[in-house]
Amino acid sequence: MTEVRNELVKKRYAAERRFKFYGAAALTLTALFLAALLVDVIIKGIPAFHETSVEIDVKVDPADVDPANLPGGNYDKMIKEAFRAEFPEVTGRAEKKALTGLLSTGGADSLRSMVTADPSIIGKTVTVPVLLGDDADLFLKGLLTEQKTVPGKATLHIARLEGEEGFVLTGDTTGEAAEKQLGLTPGDIVRFKGGAVRVTGVQNGYLKADPVLPPDPSVSMLDAGQWDVVSFSVPEANRRINDNQALWLDQLKSEGRVKNSFSWRFFEAGDSREPELAGIRGALIGSLLTVLVALSLALPLGIAAAVYLEEFAPKNKWTDLIEVNINNLAAVPSIIFGLLGLAVFLNFFGLPRSAPLVGGLVLALLVLPTIIIASRAALKAVPPSITEAALGVGASKQQAVFQHVLPLALPGIMTGTILGLARAFGETAPLLMIGMVAFIADIPQGFTSAATVLPVQVFLWSDLPEMAFKAKTAAAIIVLLVVLFALNAVAIYLRKRFERRW
Amino acid sequence: MKRILLTASLVALTAVPALAARDQIRIVGSSTVYPFTTAVAEQFGKSTGMKTPVVESTGTGGGMKLFCAGVGEDTPDFTNASRHIKKAEFEDCVKNGVTDIVELEVGFDGLSVAQSKDAPALALTKQQLFLALAKEIPDKDGKLVANPNKTWKDVDASLPDVKIEVLGPPPTSGTRDSFAELALEAGALKFPAMADMKKADAKAFEKVWKSIREDGAYVEAGENDNLIVQKLVANPTALGIFGFSFVEQNANAIKDIPIDGVEAKYETIADGSYKMSRPLFIYAKKQHVGAIPGMAEFVAEYVSDKAIGQDGYLADKGLVTLPGAEADKTRAVAKDMTVITADGLK
Repeated sequence: MTEVRNELVKKRYAAERRFKFYGAAALTLTALFLAALLVDVIIKGIPAFHETSVEIDVKVDPADVDPANLPGGNYDKMIKEAFRAEFPEVTGRAEKKALTGLLSTGGADSLRSMVTADPSIIGKTVTVPVLLGDDADLFLKGLLTEQKTVPGKATLHIARLEGEEGFVLTGDTTGEAAEKQLGLTPGDIVRFKGGAVRVTGVQNGYLKADPVLPPDPSVSMLDAGQWDVVSFSVPEANRRINDNQALWLDQLKSEGRVKNSFSWRFFEAGDSREPELAGIRGALIGSLLTVLVALSLALPLGIAAAVYLEEFAPKNKWTDLIEVNINNLAAVPSIIFGLLGLAVFLNFFGLPRSAPLVGGLVLALLVLPTIIIASRAALKAVPPSITEAALGVGASKQQAVFQHVLPLALPGIMTGTILGLARAFGETAPLLMIGMVAFIADIPQGFTSAATVLPVQVFLWSDLPEMAFKAKTAAAIIVLLVVLFALNAVAIYLRKRFERRW
Repeated sequence: MKRILLTASLVALTAVPALAARDQIRIVGSSTVYPFTTAVAEQFGKSTGMKTPVVESTGTGGGMKLFCAGVGEDTPDFTNASRHIKKAEFEDCVKNGVTDIVELEVGFDGLSVAQSKDAPALALTKQQLFLALAKEIPDKDGKLVANPNKTWKDVDASLPDVKIEVLGPPPTSGTRDSFAELALEAGALKFPAMADMKKADAKAFEKVWKSIREDGAYVEAGENDNLIVQKLVANPTALGIFGFSFVEQNANAIKDIPIDGVEAKYETIADGSYKMSRPLFIYAKKQHVGAIPGMAEFVAEYVSDKAIGQDGYLADKGLVTLPGAEADKTRAVAKDMTVITADGLK
C-alpha cells in the first residue's frame, strides 16, 4: 500500500516540478522575445537621433538677400556656390550635380536662420553648418557600405594613356606583375594628394585605371605611404553614393569638417519626404491633442456611467442588457469605431477630416467601455461597510457615494483609465477612416487642424522606399514606447501611492 | 479631482474654434503615387509659403470614391491614381456633381520582379511567370488544370530546380492588379488555347489570369514593400514583386530579374521597352480652382520641370519621368485645365 502511495506522491511532485519548469520557460521565452525586439528597435533607431552636417565658409552675397525680406533670400544658391568652390576641380555638369546632391535640400535653412537672426553678417563670410542629405548621412554612418583604406606599400608610377581618358599604373621593378607589387585588384581606388583613380583592369603586367578625381598632371611617381588603396564592400552600381561622392565626403571628413551632432531637428520638425529633415513633432503633438480630447470626454462620461450603473441603477433586465452590451463593446474591433466616426462625425456632423478633435471623439468611444468596466470594478472593491457607515450617520446615498466611495475608488479608476489611454495612443486602424493616416508636414496648431499620430507616423515611414526612413521608423517606435512606458509608470505610481487595501 | 477634470473637458470642448473655410489643399488616393505627391506637396508648401497640402494614402479605388463624393470644402481637391479613372467612377462623379475633372499624367511606375542580391542570376519570361503563379494553367491539349508546378524547373527545364516562392502584395493592392494585368495576362496570351478562349469567352479568360494560386507558391506579404525586401534577403531563393522605386533605393540588398530579356531600369521603363510598367496620374477637381487657395499653384509645381523633368526631384524619388513630348502634353493640359469626358473610358 505504502509503495503505491509513494509512487503517487512522486508523480505529483514531478508534475509540479514540470509545471514550474514550463512556467519559467514560458516567461524566459517571452522576456527573450521582448529583449530581442527592444534591442533591435534601439540599434536600428539610434542613427536617426544623430545628424551629420558639413561646415562651409559662405559669403552672404548682398545681391541675393533683400533686407526687407530676409527669409526670402536665395540661400540655397549661396550654399551651393560655396560648396562647389571648395572643389574647384569639379567641372562637369553631372559631377557638379553629384557634388551638391550630397547636401540636403534643407541645407540652406541654417544659413537662413543665421541671417534672419543677425542681418549684420550680410556681405561677410561666415562658417555655416550645412545639413547633409540622407545618402551622404548613411554613408558617413557606415550604413551604406563598409570602407577599407590601406596605405600603399610600394612605389607607384602613374602615367596618362596617349590620346585616351585613362591612366597606366606600374610598380618599381620590371618583370613582376604590377597588381602583385602594388597589391591592387580591379575596382580598388588609388587615392593620393591631388587626385584618385579607379583600377579597371590588368594588362601585360601593368594596371589600367580611370580617373575618379582628375589627378594633378604633375604627379607621376608616388612613394609608399604617399598613396592609399580605398575599397568598398558594396560595388558602386549598388549604392546610392558613387565613388566620387564617397571620396569627396572622405576628404571633408579628413579635414575635420564633418560634424555629427544630436538631431534636435527630429523633435522639432514635422513630417517631410526628405529623411534627414523629417521629424516627429507633428505626430507627437497630434497624439497629445487627440488623446486629450479622448480623455476629457471618456473620463467624465465613463465615471458617471460606472457610478450610476454600480450604485444607483436598479437591477433589472434593462441594466443587465446594458451591462452585457458594454462588455461586448470592449471587444469590438477598433476599425468599426473608425467607420462609426466617419458616418457620424464627418458625414453627419460635418466635422473636418484629419482633425484631432474627430480622432479624439472616436478614441473616446473606443476606450469608454474599458473605463466603465475598470471603474465599476474599482467601485465594487470599496467595502460596503464604508457606504453603510456613511448612511448610518445620516448621509444621503449621493453623499455617501461622492464623498466616500468615489474618492476611495479613484486610484483604481485612474489605473484603468491610463491603461485605456495607452491603448488609444497605439491605435491606427480607426484613424484610417477619418483621414488621419496622411502626410501632414505642418505641425498642428489646434484641435481642428490636420494632424496625424505617432503609430500612424511609424506606419507611414515604414512604407517609404528610402533606406534612411528605416532608422526614422525605429526612432519613432522608440518615442512611442517611451510615451507608453511613461503612461504605464504613472498608472503604477498612482496605484501604489493611493491604493488602500481592506 | 473630478471637478477639475470636468471643467477641463468643458474648456477643451468650448475652445474649439468655429470651423473656418478650408485654406489647405486635400489630396487622397493611390499609395504608389503617395511618395511623389507628398514630395511635391512639401516643395509647394516651402516655395509658396502656403499651408502644405494634406496627402492621404487611401488606395486608388478608395481615393476615387472620396474624390467623387461631391463638390465642396469637405471633399478632396485631388486624387492620386495608379490607373485611369474607370467609366463607372466617372459616372459616379458626374452624378454627384463633380463634372469638371482634369487628368494629369505625371510619370510611370515599373513593376519589377526582384530577388536577393546574393542569389544566382535568373531571367524569366511573362509566360514562365504565368505558369508559375496562375491558379489554373492549360495542359498540353489546352485544357485548364490546377497548377501542378512545384519548382521553377517544372515550369521550364532551363530554370533551376528551386521551389517556386514569390512574395507579393495582397488582393486589395493596386500593385497586384497591375501585376496580374501586365505580367500574367500577357503571359497567358502566349498560349494559343488561351488566346482562343479570350475570343470565345472573355470573362472566363479574365478569371484565368486574375486568379493567383493559393497553395503557398505565391505568398501574400502585405502592402509593405520594405518587409518584402527583408524577407528576400533572409530567403535568397524567393522572388518578390515590387514597385520599381524600391528596387532602385535598395540596390544594395536586392536585384532586378530581367523579364523577357529586358531589365527594369529607368531608361527601359521610360522608353517603353520594359513592358511591365504603368502610367501614374493625378486627378484635379476643376470646380475647386479659385475656391480653395493654391490649386493652380500646386498643379504648376507638380508639372514643372524641376519636379517631373528628367533631372527633377521626383526622378530622385524613383519616379520614371515622362518623355519630353508627353511631359509637354501634360503641361498643356495643366495650363488649360482641360476636363475629361466619358469617351474612351473603360
